[in-house]
Amino acid sequence: MKKLEQLYRQIIMDHYKNPRNKGLKDDEDYQSEHIKNPSCGDDITIQTKVEDGIVTDIRHEGSGCSICCSSASVLSELLKGKTVEEAEHIAENYLLMLMDKDYDESIDFEDAVAYQGVKQFPARIKCATIAFKAFQNTLK
Amino acid sequence: MKPLNLKKDFPVFNEGPLVYLDTAASSLTPTRVIEAMDTYYKTMPVNVHRGVYQMSYNATRKYEDARENIANFINADFEEIVFTRGASSALNMIARIYEPFIDETDEIIVSEIEHHSHLLPWQQVARRTGAKLVYVPLTKAGRITVDNFKKVLNENTKIVALTAVSNVLGYKTPLEEIIDLTHQSGAIISIDAAQGVPHEVVDVKKLDCDFLAFSGHKMLGPTGVGVLYGKKALLDTLEPLEYGGDMVDYAYKENATWKDAPYKFETGTPPIAEVIGLSEAINYLRSIGMDRVKAHESMLQTYALEALDKLEGVTIYNPTSETGIIAFNIDDVHPHDAVTFFDEDHIALRAGHHCAQLVMAFLNVPATLRASFYIYNTKDDVDAFVKSLKEARNFFTSVGF
Repeated sequence: MKKLEQLYRQIIMDHYKNPRNKGLKDDEDYQSEHIKNPSCGDDITIQTKVEDGIVTDIRHEGSGCSICCSSASVLSELLKGKTVEEAEHIAENYLLMLMDKDYDESIDFEDAVAYQGVKQFPARIKCATIAFKAFQNTLK
Repeated sequence: MKPLNLKKDFPVFNEGPLVYLDTAASSLTPTRVIEAMDTYYKTMPVNVHRGVYQMSYNATRKYEDARENIANFINADFEEIVFTRGASSALNMIARIYEPFIDETDEIIVSEIEHHSHLLPWQQVARRTGAKLVYVPLTKAGRITVDNFKKVLNENTKIVALTAVSNVLGYKTPLEEIIDLTHQSGAIISIDAAQGVPHEVVDVKKLDCDFLAFSGHKMLGPTGVGVLYGKKALLDTLEPLEYGGDMVDYAYKENATWKDAPYKFETGTPPIAEVIGLSEAINYLRSIGMDRVKAHESMLQTYALEALDKLEGVTIYNPTSETGIIAFNIDDVHPHDAVTFFDEDHIALRAGHHCAQLVMAFLNVPATLRASFYIYNTKDDVDAFVKSLKEARNFFTSVGF
């Protein structure tokens, strides 16, 4: 049970109980992307505002398990203020890291590094990735 | 009666510790079913109904003997058994082949506790034909009752599509009376028995149902095979859904004629090994006795509910269920978080909406956990499950859920 405890004790519970940047904006300047994980019912919407090539705001809203909901909050803190290119690069490498593939280890993932622990629970990787996948789509 | 102790018959238990409580999704496979399919592939791995050589004759014989055996199991006639990919495929076929008889003046009765595979085909028929889709009002607990069924049945009802047993709540539908009322009003009934046939005696003649479907993989058989039962007189009047080899009688340039039921509904090479495997699963269930299967599940359910009843912080959604399905949640813990905890203890549970999103809406939860019992489960399994559930609840409380 140690590995499960570590996973939850770290950053996940903090962001699950006190989500940052939660709540959507009714503002046309935001690009929205809604993703559902039909197998478990995770349901998340990510909104991104880009100004002059910089991600100036990220909002999220949804329902799901602690891994899914907390990762949306972590994402919003991690990628806010980054250029679009940086944000894309970090999101892509976050997904690579979780899929246990080669990724750019020079990236500072900040709180998102906690989700490395999810790798030990293959059935939960989807939960930790859907917010990042939704984010990627908001930039397309 | 001595409790069943059958784990030795299921080779997956040699793979390591496993408390398997997800039979409502898929059952485990006994050695003799695997061997029956192996024998087909080793000794007669050829097509049915086509070759005139001895080996093909043998395969055809095995396949059709299986049909006879499966028909006997639910007290149907040989011609009334159509093999499909699974219960979903059978339920879809029923909706499709009956659709030509439905128009905008008709009503189709369904329920919120249907599995998606029985709800969506009729929902789509209603959308295409303009027929009205009507939901049986559920009781507070989520049951279908005869009284509530009477509220929606009327002279416009053309089809009644209901489950025999809810795959989430485990409730049994009072089918005998509902079927009787359905026929009195001139409608026909389709029954999803995917959670029924594996667990108790189902007699289609006694029920007098028009259509009924079930899957092989929920009753110790392989995946990829299901059964559509249809009354012979009905099947004879209905047109096939798919066209091709084996279902055709004579083919001409502009038209063609079909074989009689059940063959006109089975085109292409059927799941031969799977049908043989399902037949062997039925032999195995018969050797135990369906009454004993039911009694064993009931004993485990009672034993589990007694223990769960004493637990704080756990909500049971179906304490009055008459089958071995328990739907529950740990309070304030998303079931997907919880299921990982059980997984660490090698306890396989289902977490999610169980292909029944309307049930989740009815319960007003995003998802639930579900434990379901079958013949290979024991009281030890229940003890392990209850112990893990206590620990899970304490763990999630301790990390701040």
